[in-house]
Parts: sequence; structure tokens; C-alpha cells
Amino acid sequence: MKNLTALLLLLSLSFGVVASEGVKLQEANNHLTDNASLQRGAKNFVTYCLGCHSIKYIRYLRIALDLDVDPKKVLKDIAPEGANIYDQMHSAMNAHDAEKWFGTQPPDLSLIARSRGADWLYSYLKSYYIDPKSPRGVNNLIFEDTAMPNPLWQLQGEQYAEHRKNIFGEEYTSLIMKEPGTLSEGEFEIFVNDLVNFLVYVGEPVQLERQRMGKYVIFFILMFLVLAYLLKKEYWKNIH
Amino acid sequence: MKRDRITECNDWFLQRFPLTKLWNEHMAHYYAPKNFNFWYFFGSLALLVLVNQILTGIFLTMNYKPDAKLAFDSVEYIMRDVSWGWLIRYMHSTGSSAFFIVVYLHMFRGLMYGSYKHPRELIWIFGMLLFVALMAEAFMGYLLPWGQMSYWGAQVIISLFSAIPVIGDDLSLWLRGDYVVSDATLNRFFAFHVIAVPLALVLLVFLHIVALHEVGSNNPDGIEIKDSKDPWGHPVDGIPFHPYYTVKDLVGVGVFMLFFATVIFYMPEMGGYFLEHANFIPADPMKTPEHIAPVWYFTPFYAILRAIPDKFAGVIGMGGAIVVLFLLPWLDRSPVRSIRYRGGIYKKALALFVISFIALGYLGTQPATPTATLVARFFTAIYFGFFLLMPLYTRWEKTKPVPKRLTTTHSLEEQLGHLPELIEEITKIKAGSTEIGHAAFKSSFFAIRPNPNGIKNVISRVVKNVKGSLD
Repeated sequence: MKNLTALLLLLSLSFGVVASEGVKLQEANNHLTDNASLQRGAKNFVTYCLGCHSIKYIRYLRIALDLDVDPKKVLKDIAPEGANIYDQMHSAMNAHDAEKWFGTQPPDLSLIARSRGADWLYSYLKSYYIDPKSPRGVNNLIFEDTAMPNPLWQLQGEQYAEHRKNIFGEEYTSLIMKEPGTLSEGEFEIFVNDLVNFLVYVGEPVQLERQRMGKYVIFFILMFLVLAYLLKKEYWKNIH
Repeated sequence: MKRDRITECNDWFLQRFPLTKLWNEHMAHYYAPKNFNFWYFFGSLALLVLVNQILTGIFLTMNYKPDAKLAFDSVEYIMRDVSWGWLIRYMHSTGSSAFFIVVYLHMFRGLMYGSYKHPRELIWIFGMLLFVALMAEAFMGYLLPWGQMSYWGAQVIISLFSAIPVIGDDLSLWLRGDYVVSDATLNRFFAFHVIAVPLALVLLVFLHIVALHEVGSNNPDGIEIKDSKDPWGHPVDGIPFHPYYTVKDLVGVGVFMLFFATVIFYMPEMGGYFLEHANFIPADPMKTPEHIAPVWYFTPFYAILRAIPDKFAGVIGMGGAIVVLFLLPWLDRSPVRSIRYRGGIYKKALALFVISFIALGYLGTQPATPTATLVARFFTAIYFGFFLLMPLYTRWEKTKPVPKRLTTTHSLEEQLGHLPELIEEITKIKAGSTEIGHAAFKSSFFAIRPNPNGIKNVISRVVKNVKGSLD
């Protein structure tokens, strides 16, 4: 009985944690095997993000090799003007200016997908809304008072926040599109998804390779296990 | 006939080094009880993980830079640009968690079968020293990637020392080598992690095994196999460690590697438990993370620390949770070793202890809300109650008669053999067949339906068995 009470206590505790986390994240639908999506994501990243954010742990050559693109094509289509194929992806903005403009240095995004997760990034990029009270004129549902202005506003359009109550009387905020952007809602979702997909890849470029490799390693260990078991059985047959 | 060169070299060596003697004493003529079960795999597995950690550690050191400015970058360099660096690093990071899993199970085996009791007290003491050294090793190793959690975890733990009256502040300053965790701290932790503590670990493993081989292994029945010997002086219930347990442990190694490889190749972060998410952000002394949690293997002790309201008392409590384990051989007053022949009280106490340890481990990963703290206090009381009340309840409880010779139990393989009978009991074949459908679907396999009565019988039998085994 004591054990049961303990279990119940623990369960109620874990529910409390879930409830207190607040805004529910939207699910990213990214697939690392989707090469076209990764290439679009890389291009989008260079166009919309690399101006401020570096991803300094990855090199253009690594991208060319992993995404199976000709290095010359990577330099022509993805990398900014003047980049070398062996270069790490550094941002052109210097730290001093960044501090002056944004109050903080935009973080390197190489590992952002590993620290925040794909769903967080996906939701974050979709959750900007117009907020006249904020110094930058925009705010974010997922990351309140973020220092980052919305780099994708022309694509997504302008969203406004509306506070509502659901049937249980709990308050929630929903974002209403007031001024559509240059992309439709579906196109924008694909755009953000590609970007998130690319960031997940950049977080750990080797992840697809290790999953491919894992099958063979596990098969090999299973073979070893069978042999070890048969050996043990042979040796132990006279032990009772 | 002329003796060949190899035999000559061999003899030259053996005349100068007792290799045969050592091999026989510790492997070929070391008699171990023949009834070791599942729980006896974890000693050799701990040795395997230690070797894994040392080998992968050597390769990591070749590219790692113990410098506050370079450490984080060098780890990512290993993960991306060094050939196979990612595999070596994941083997090391997964290995550290595996080490604690294996060691906790190894210690639990000791608790179940009374392996710490007379005459094996010293083995237990060496083992506990190993555990403390392992915790130091893991704690200092965790600082090296120089991520946010590395940095702030170290900051929190070292600042605990400042709670000690009078010398506290100076002590923590001395440990860090600076007023905050900094490059100086990183460098000294690196030195301890790669050479000082590993040397201590290897030495203690040596002592642990020498002490074990002096008195002989305990077993699930908790009786001395040396008490009944055959005319040649060998224990009748003993078998030579080599080849019997070397081949058996190989099976354990295979199963372990299966799990180990699955984690390395498919879930190296283990949902943020083996590699914490916040540790992918470089250490920033100006930005405290919202929620600082140590790696999972420290969380039971961390939860005890937070459960106690006063900081100094909390530190004492956390230290006491480990110190009390050292005293186990003298706290336990039961005349029998194995849980098989103890009374119901010890069994229930041990079950409660395991539950409280796991619960504290969970609570240590969660933010300290008032409810969580209250629950942690409850489990802290159980944790200490298990040890401090032990002199009373182990003396009072009625034990069962202990057999003279090892008993035979059903091995895992034999139990798996009963699986078809069990399936037969909980299922029934649906009578009658329909004319429609493909012929392949008409085999009796597709007519199997669950049998509610059979399931009810099996459940009640299991419940009765569990209840019976707790008495």
C-alpha cells in the first residue's frame, strides 16, 4: 500500500510538471533523409540566418559530402560570395556591432537543434507576433521578449496575438494572421521545416551515418552472442 | 630431440615470473560457486566498462584541449572532424552512464545476497572506495566538455564545500583554484580525470579482486562452499572460474554490448539523461541556466541534499548517504547472508529502499517545487531508515534454516522453456472455421484468442508467488 501511495504521489508530480511548462510546441515534420529539403534548408539558412548567426562547427565541404552535392555547386548555390569550400560557416557580422544593435551577440547555431530540439525551433520560428510594447515591435509566444527580430516576416506575414479562454476556462493565446506574406501558410511551413531540418543535420552531421552503421554493429554483436551462448552451453553441459 | 626456441623463451620467462601460478590462483584453480545467477554478471561487466573508459579516454585526450577557451570547440572538433571521433566520444559518454548502471546493479546484488557480511567486509570497503572514486572521476570528467551544465554543475557542487563551517570558503577556493569555476579548475580537473583518479581506480580494482580471491566468492544461497570439500580439497559446489565463468561472462558481455551499441548508435543522448541538452551550449559564467540538474547517476544524492532545509545539514546528509553504505557490514546483524533465508522484514525493507532510491533519482532531475521537496524528504527518511534501523530489524526478524549445500534453482533458460505452456494456458483456440478468406489465414495460429480464465489464474498465481516470496 505504501508503495502504491508513493507511485501515485510521483505520478501526480510528473503531471504537474507537464502542466506548468505552458505553451505547447508544434511538431516539426523534418526528415534527415530528405536531401532536397536539407539543400533548401542550407540555402535558406545562408540567405536568412547567416547574416547574424554563424554555424562555425560545420564546413561547406562537409555539407557537399553529406548532402551529395558537387562542391562547386555548393559554392555557387549555397555559400555566400567569396567563400572557400574548406571554410567553416562564419557570419559576416562582427561581435562588437552585434552587441550594439541587439544588446547581445547572436549565438552560434551549430548545436541549437541539440540544445533546444527540432519542435522548439519550428514553433519558435512560427510564433512571432506584432507587439507594439516590445522595443523591436515584435514578440514571440515560445520565447518571450526575445532579442531576435523576426527575419522571416516578409515571408510569413504579420501575426497578432489574441488571448482567449477554452471550454475549461483556461487562458491561452492564439496567433491570428492579419497581413499575409509572400508565402502561403503551407509554403511557409515547408520553408521553416527545411530550415529546422538543416539545423538538426548541422547539430550532428554524422547521425545518419551512425544509424546506418548501427544495424551492422548490432547484427555482429548478435552473432557473437549466439556463439558465446553455444560455447557456454557446451562447457556447462556437465555442471548440474 | 632439440627443444625449440619458443619453449626455451617460455621457460626463461617462467623461471623469472610466476605467470602460471598467478593464472592458476586467480583463474584456472579459483573455485567459484556454481550457482551464480544473472546478478553475478555485473562485476566482470564493470571491469569491461573500466577498460572501455580508459581506452576511449586515451584517444579522446589526443584531441581534447583542457583550456576554457578551446575545450568546447575541441569536443565538437572530435565529434565532426576527427575520424571516428564521434564513435569514441559516444563510447566514452555512454560508458560513464553504463558504468554507474552496472555498478549500482553490482551493489544491489551485494545487498540482496549479503556479500558484504563476514568475512567479506574488506571487499565491500574496497568496493565502496571504488564507488567514491568513480563518482569523483565522473564529476570531474563532466566538467571537461565545458558546456553550460558542466560549468554550473561544478559550480554548485564545489560551492557545497563552502557550507562547511570555518574552513569552508577557503576549502572551496582551494579546490577551484579561483573564485569561480574557471580555466584553473578545468586544468586541474583534467589532470585528476585522466591520471590521478584512474590510477586510484585501477589500484582499488586490484585490491577488490585480491581481497575477493582470498576469502572466495559469496553466492545466491549465501553459504560458504569451502565448508564441504571433496577428497582432493576442492569445494564440491565450486567450479574453476576459468573456463566456466569466463565463457559464461562472455554471454553477459554480448548482452551488455547489445544494449551499449543500441544506445551509442541510436540514442546517444538517451533523451537528455546521458548527455544533457543544456550541455550543448558553451559554458557562460554570466548566464545561469534556469534549471541545474546533475547527470542522472548523482540525482539520488542531489535530491537528498535539496530535501534537507539547511545547506550544511544538506551536505552532511548527502555525504552521510554514502558514508552509511560503508558501515553496512556492521549495521546488518542478521545471522544469514542471503535474502532467500532472511525474514519478510528485510525483503520489504530492501524493496522500500530500492523504491526510495529510484524515486530520489527521479526527483533529483526535477525542479524543487514544494511538493517535490516534501516527497523527497519522505524518501530520504526511508533511505536512511533502511540503514539506521537495520541493527534492530535484522536482529529481530525470524530467519529461515540455511541449507548446507547450494540449492538448485531454475535458470533463465529453463524458465524460457516453460513459455509455450504459459502461452497455452492464457490462450484458447477459437472453434469453427469460416469458408471465406485465404487458406493461409485458416491455420490455428489465427484462431488463437486470449483466455480470460487462464489469464486470471496466471495473475493470481504470480501475485501469490510475489506475496509468498516477501514473507
